[in-house]
Amino acid sequence: MTMSRRTLLAAGAGAGAALLAGCGSNTGRGGGSSGTELTQWYHQYGETGTEQAVERYAAAYKKANVRVQWRPGNYDQQTAAALLTDSGPDVFEVNGPTIDQIQGGQVVDLTDLLKDAKDAKDIKDDFNPAVLGPKTYDGRIWGIPQVIDMQMLYYRKSLLKEAGLAPPATLDALVDAARKLTDSKVKGLFLGNDGGAGVLGGTPLYAAGLTLVTDDGKVGFDEPAAARTLGKLRQLYADKSLLLGAPADWSDPSAFLQGLTAMQWSGLWALPQVQKELGDDFGVLPFPGDGGQGKPAVPVGAYGAAVSARSRHKEAAREFVRWLWVERTDYQEDFALSYGFHIPARISLAQKAGKLRTGPAADAVRFSTDHGFAAQPLLWTPAAQTAYQDALSRIIRSGADAESALRAVVGKVAGELDRVKKAKKAS
Amino acid sequence: MRRRGTLWFWVFVGPFAAGLALFTYVPLLWSVGLSFFDAHNTVTPTRFVGLDNYTAMLKDDAFVDSLRTFLLFTAFIVPVTYLLSLSLALMVNRVKRARAFFRSVFFLPAACSYVVAALVWKMSLFNGVRFGLANTVLGWFGSDPVAWLSSADPPWYWLVIVTVRLWLQAGFYMILFLAGLQRIDPVLYEAAAVDGARPGWTVLRHITLPQLRATSVAVVLLLVINAFQAFDEFYNLLSDARGYPPYARPPLVYLYYTALGQGQNLGAGSAGAVILALIIAVVTVGQARWLRLGRTDADG
Repeated sequence: MTMSRRTLLAAGAGAGAALLAGCGSNTGRGGGSSGTELTQWYHQYGETGTEQAVERYAAAYKKANVRVQWRPGNYDQQTAAALLTDSGPDVFEVNGPTIDQIQGGQVVDLTDLLKDAKDAKDIKDDFNPAVLGPKTYDGRIWGIPQVIDMQMLYYRKSLLKEAGLAPPATLDALVDAARKLTDSKVKGLFLGNDGGAGVLGGTPLYAAGLTLVTDDGKVGFDEPAAARTLGKLRQLYADKSLLLGAPADWSDPSAFLQGLTAMQWSGLWALPQVQKELGDDFGVLPFPGDGGQGKPAVPVGAYGAAVSARSRHKEAAREFVRWLWVERTDYQEDFALSYGFHIPARISLAQKAGKLRTGPAADAVRFSTDHGFAAQPLLWTPAAQTAYQDALSRIIRSGADAESALRAVVGKVAGELDRVKKAKKAS
Repeated sequence: MRRRGTLWFWVFVGPFAAGLALFTYVPLLWSVGLSFFDAHNTVTPTRFVGLDNYTAMLKDDAFVDSLRTFLLFTAFIVPVTYLLSLSLALMVNRVKRARAFFRSVFFLPAACSYVVAALVWKMSLFNGVRFGLANTVLGWFGSDPVAWLSSADPPWYWLVIVTVRLWLQAGFYMILFLAGLQRIDPVLYEAAAVDGARPGWTVLRHITLPQLRATSVAVVLLLVINAFQAFDEFYNLLSDARGYPPYARPPLVYLYYTALGQGQNLGAGSAGAVILALIIAVVTVGQARWLRLGRTDADG
């Protein structure tokens, strides 16, 4: 029964932290506000200055006292537990909200925030559809995208040149290049310490011209092409071209920078560091396409600002979200570009940003516009994700038969999609 | 007078009993309740589904697979930890000088956090690149680096898990055995010597082990429960930001992701927890019966 204790612990820890923060992080403001107290949660960003920046935005809001909580650790679990209680946040950023959070009525409808009241122009179209889509359910919007994160392949130009290789444009070329770049000191490719199952997720399927979930809510990879493409990832593993067991995982460019690998899959956030250490000796690529229907693929996602349905000041919380994430484009730009390295979620801001106009950063923006797909479609539930990721792990690492492994996943995912559909009817 | 006694009883026991009720029994019963409801993202569900969560969990390959893996893991780790800690205890018990020193040295790892130990094992001893400690040693013999935690065939990750668990736990059980050993009456050994029993295996087999029966039963019970409740070092060794691989996945880790990750399927998670608790209860009760728990060392 340790589970129940853990649940309670998690909830209790959340509540305790909220209490502590309530005592500790009083910023000394207070004058000029209507006295409404709002709590806003962020997960811990790695880049210095981000925390001070969000504190600054909150302090500039005059209609309510906004207390920022910066939360290290398993953020998704913390918010999920906190949303079950009254002591959770009013406004919070979320890697979602998930379909179950929306259907369970845990988050507030934010659709009308994207209708600019002043000139009655719908500003919804200014948000990148690849990240607004997964936050839209049943025509309503449940989270306002903050910034776009995307992932791509980094490669060392000098190492590829030495081996006489062009940047791989197909998955077969990638498998081939990784093998040729591997020697006793350097591995060809780093896809994470688990061999790629975790970080790649649906990316190879999109590269094969398939999807995780189709637009009409069906399983998107019930095709022979899926098994064929995933089999090629096994080839990478079996060739021993993959770096495994590196001290820092894929999200950190250390393995690439230390010369442990010639190519690495990582995020846009790593770009400033890579640029600083390697100068011009690197390039970026999308995940290469595979097969006749194939096309390059780049997963994009966004943390969204959401309002808890348990908040005591739902209207004030909505107003704050409208102010920060819709109206204050200057803060949105600052948040996306001054600390870490993200693409602003607003197309108009992304186009303006000077930092994103040249070199690999410009490539990254182009990839996400041309080849971007939602890494986490709304209907792709955590249970579906677990089933798929387990199968992918087994295909890559144990050499399980891709076709039969995928058949089991298709059954499970179809069941989850059914459940979600039924929950919609019931609600 | 008696009334005052009752008052004091409640003053001392009350806070503890209240805490126990609030933080153990209420959540436990609540969890059992949740297991009969469709509880996605809520702890106050309204849709009663009867045994659906139980059938779903028992039909869930990943969950059944983790139960099966952990039955095997238990069958392996329990005897190994038992033998290792007993041998340590026998050795430390025989040491004439600096016994306190050896006792402390072997016990010290038990004071180390599971998380810290797991990270040390993962990042410095058994990392997969050529400068990890294990791979450096292999390199001296000209062998290629092994990706200890990533390789599924052969499953090297078990080596990492088992060694960290032994390092963390053996010292604690050694102390239990030492306490048991020190309670054995030296007269028994003297009598055995007079009767011609050779020191060594014969004495161990006929005097020491039977005298340690109560300690052994307790140690084995604790080890079995511990093995089924494995979480900390597994989670810290093998999970990453994207979840936990389908290898060596303890039932509790799987339930953690089902109920408390973004899954938030608290109904199915609770059903799984009840199933796991029942298995632990059945195994423990069966074992206690079989080993005749409650008999003292003297009866043995």
